[in-house]
Order: sequence, then structure tokens, then C-alpha cells
Amino acid sequence: MQAIGERINGMFRSIGRAIGEHDKQVIQDCARTQLAAGGDVLDVNVGPAAADEQAAMAWLVETIREVTDAPLSLDSTKPAVIRAGLEVCTGEKIINSTTGVPEKMAEMLPLAAEYNCPIVGLCIDADGVPRDAEGRMEIALSLVAACMEHGIPTDHLYVDAVILPVNALQHVPPEICRAIGMVSALADPPPKTILGLSNVSQGAAQRELLNRTFLVMALAHGLDAAIMDVTDQELMEAMITAEVLLNRQVYCDDFVSAYLASRR
Amino acid sequence: MELELPIEQWSDSVSTVVLGATSEDGGTRTSTVTLGGAATLPFLDFEGEAPNPPVLAMEVLDTEPEGWPEPLAAPFGDVLGDPAAWAARCVEEFDADLICLKLIGADPLRRDASPDECAETVRKVLDAIGVPLIIWGCGDYDKDNEVIPVCSQVAAGERCLLGTAREDNYRTIAASALADGHLVIGESPLDISIQKQVNILLTEQGVPGDRIVMYQVTGAVGYGVEYAYSILERTRLAALTGDTMLGMPMVSIVGSEAWKAKEAWMEEPAWGSLERRGILWEAATAELFLLAGTDMVIFWHPEALKHTRWLAKDLSKS
Repeated sequence: MQAIGERINGMFRSIGRAIGEHDKQVIQDCARTQLAAGGDVLDVNVGPAAADEQAAMAWLVETIREVTDAPLSLDSTKPAVIRAGLEVCTGEKIINSTTGVPEKMAEMLPLAAEYNCPIVGLCIDADGVPRDAEGRMEIALSLVAACMEHGIPTDHLYVDAVILPVNALQHVPPEICRAIGMVSALADPPPKTILGLSNVSQGAAQRELLNRTFLVMALAHGLDAAIMDVTDQELMEAMITAEVLLNRQVYCDDFVSAYLASRR
Repeated sequence: MELELPIEQWSDSVSTVVLGATSEDGGTRTSTVTLGGAATLPFLDFEGEAPNPPVLAMEVLDTEPEGWPEPLAAPFGDVLGDPAAWAARCVEEFDADLICLKLIGADPLRRDASPDECAETVRKVLDAIGVPLIIWGCGDYDKDNEVIPVCSQVAAGERCLLGTAREDNYRTIAASALADGHLVIGESPLDISIQKQVNILLTEQGVPGDRIVMYQVTGAVGYGVEYAYSILERTRLAALTGDTMLGMPMVSIVGSEAWKAKEAWMEEPAWGSLERRGILWEAATAELFLLAGTDMVIFWHPEALKHTRWLAKDLSKS
């Protein structure tokens, strides 16, 4: 599974302040910490407070690239901000994200085609998030069709079935699991699946326990990637253990450290 | 209609390991050998790069072998009691890419040769050949832990491959390799999980991945070789899908394994020519392991090596 570190986000106070003050050290330390913890990809989100979001995105990407060539997930709802990141991002990147709303797809998918990079597609349309797995698959199918129209390989699409907080919407987690299992039938080669994991526990108690339990459930249904707190050691260990139990990693007695060593 | 071959996309490749050091790198070898580097399954060169052909080594014993059948002993004539001359003949006449010196004489149950005696043999063999050397202990943990450090020192800087490190006995050999600029063979008893564990233990002791070669104890054709095949293949698949703790090149021993089989040496007219049978048994075992993904094979009989070299070249033609 690809573990995408969520910590470089202007929503977090220290990161927001570092963006405002152009404090490279904080950003670079955050990048290194997440990679050392086993993160495969770093999510980059300027957050709500940046004065000039495009400039902030470009600065973040360049700052991170000074210390690592790890893939970056350029995270914004605004195409201009995504483009500002794409223009300066050498190496691998993922666009995060588009929804299934036609106008949004028309803005974001050409960027994925132009830069030949994967893109996250959220199962959200003009009516919001559907109630069940079938509703999500309808939107996923329109995302697949739109990708094909734009010449984007179907396995460059990461379908995000959109998990919602369990304390408010307890019927959602099982629907997400079902949806993840259905994505592989949408196209050949099949799209990948991704989750913004921490959303499951938003506003709930025992957040870490909810996060890691749901991640293991989603993995068992075939999840390919998650945007998550990779610095949560118990979460990472649960993920690694699930990978072993699902026969995706070869067991050895030190299976946790072997996995992490394999990532460095 | 044109047939389009399905191409598998792999995310990773086998690591590349260089054996031997020339004078430029502080050694005295006249050539080096490069193992691994493949980004696809064996002989599928339409699918990905396989920059280094299979490496074919020959084994030399530090003690004159007893009871070798005539077809096996014949090519070596009078050199079987002289490891240096034996090694030289393997390189000069039999086209071996490198030599594996097995220090079986160190075994307390055989000659119990001293560490200094073993080191002298190592030095003599190194002086007799220009190709890289594998130094392989006798298999007795305590004795190997005495012998390997001394042999390692006498070969310092030559970038030899030292064998073998095991899950419950790896520290001494790893320390020697690190101190003297050598590489390590990690051994496991035909168990992919133990192989991975040996590799993580070696890595945690500071041996980098490009200085480790993996060895699974295997049998020969007719003796559980199918199981060996599946383990080697699964290891290669893990390497190609990003498991760097199983991403090192693999070595297989076929000489001593094949000639253990009664089919290789027993007088039995119904089984066909005794002259050819052992050679074919050894070659078939080697070729099977190459198909499974092994990167280096260690032979006894020069004709088995020759046949395997021919087949590997033939299969490598795009």
C-alpha cells in the first residue's frame, strides 16, 4: 500500500506559520520525519490561510524538493494552485484532487494529461456524497470515462470513495469497504483506490484506534493508498501487519523493520 | 492479426552486486563479476532489462575429494589434491567466471584444518587466479567463526564473497566482511521468511544491500527441486515488486547437490550412459534454477557448466 503523509498542510498551525514566514526548516523536517516513518508519498496542501496560494504551493514544493525526490501529492481544489505546484515539481507527483462534477473534471483532468501524472478522483458530484457504494460507483464510472476521454490511463486514476466521520454517519464505513471492492471492475487496467483516512475519526473519541482499525478493514477490501498520519507508529504497524496477513509482503520475524527498511 | 505480447510492468529490480576488486579498487583481481540488476523475470528480455548474464562459477575443495565417480573426476586429472592448480584449471580450461573455494577441511569431523592453514590455501588460490573468489566455510558454526575472520584478513581488499551467514550465526562473518571489504552470503534452509530475516539482520549490522547475496539450501532434480524452484521464483517476484529485503541476487549450488543423487553416478544400464548422466543431472538442475531466477550457479563438472552457458546464451537471444 502507498502511505501518503498528510502532515504538510497549512491547516496545521506550525506548517501554516512556516508557510507565512518562509521557514524552510520546519517544512523540510516534516518531510524527513514522514519519510523516515515509512511514508511513500508526501501530501502538500497550503491550507486555508495562505495569502497567495499559488506562490505558497510553489514555495512548498521547491522547499521539499531540496531534501527529497519522493513523490508529492499536490493537494488543492483550485486548478491554478495545482498548476503552480506541477510547474516546479520535478519527479513523481499526484494531483489531489478532482470531483466527479463535470466542470471540475474539465479543469483538472487536462492537467493530469498534460503532466502525465496520476490524479485522485473523489466520489462527489453536484449533489454531494452519495449515500451508498452504488452511488459512489456511478460517479467513479463517470471519472473513468472522463479520464479515457482525456487520454489518461485508467490506472492513473485513484478513486476516493470519500469516508465521512463515523460519529455522525455510522452507515458509511461499510459502504466504503464495499465500494473499494467494486472499483477493480470499472476498467482494465483497474483504477486504484485511495482514502483520506483521518476523516473517519473527525470529531470522534479514540481517533487513532478508529483510524487504524478502519485502515486494516479497507486494506482487506483492496485499498491501494491512503492519505494518513504516517507518524502514528501504531497506525503504520497495523498497516504493515495487514499487508503481511494479506500476503502482500513476505513474512519474516522482524516484519515491521523489514518493511520500513525496504522503504528507505 | 498481429499478436500483442502482454508486458508485465515491475516496480523494482534486483540489486547489483560486484564481486572482486582490481588494482584500481585496492585489490589484485584482473577482472570482476557483476551479479543481478534484472528488472524482469529470467530470459524475458522483451519485458525489461537484464543487464548481466547468469554467472557460472566452479567449486574447488581444499581437501582432495574421496569417492568421486570417474566421469566427475576425469576432467581434473591430477589437480584434485592441489586447490590452486584446480582453481587455475577451472578458469583457464573450463571457462569458470569465478571460483568458489570450499574449506571443508576445516570441519572438526574431517581434517580440522587450522584457521592459518585455511588462510594459506585462500592466499594460494587467490594467487593462482585473476577472477574473483568465493570463500565458503565448512558449515560448523564455531569453527567457521574462527576460520572466516583469518581467511577474510588474508584476502582483505579483494572484495571476496564470504559464506555463509545464517539466522543464528551471522555476526562474525558480517563483521569480517565489513572490516576487510568483502561481501556476504546470507543462507537459509529453503525458507523465504528466514532468508528475509537473515537479510534484515545483516542490514541492521551495517552490511549494505549491494554486498549481500542470497543462498537457499536446495536439492537437485528428483530431490524436492520443485519446492526450491517455487521459493527462488517467489523471491524474485518479491524483489521485482519492491521488497528490497528480498532484492539481492541469488546463488545456487548444483555440483555437490546433483552428484549426491544416485541417478548421477550409480551403475544402472537401464538409466543410460554413465558418462553423460551425472553431467546432465547437474546441468538440468542448474538450468532449472536459472529459469527460477537464480543469478549465479556453482558447478562441479565443466561439461555441465558448458551446457548451461550454451542454454543461457540461447535463451537470452531476443
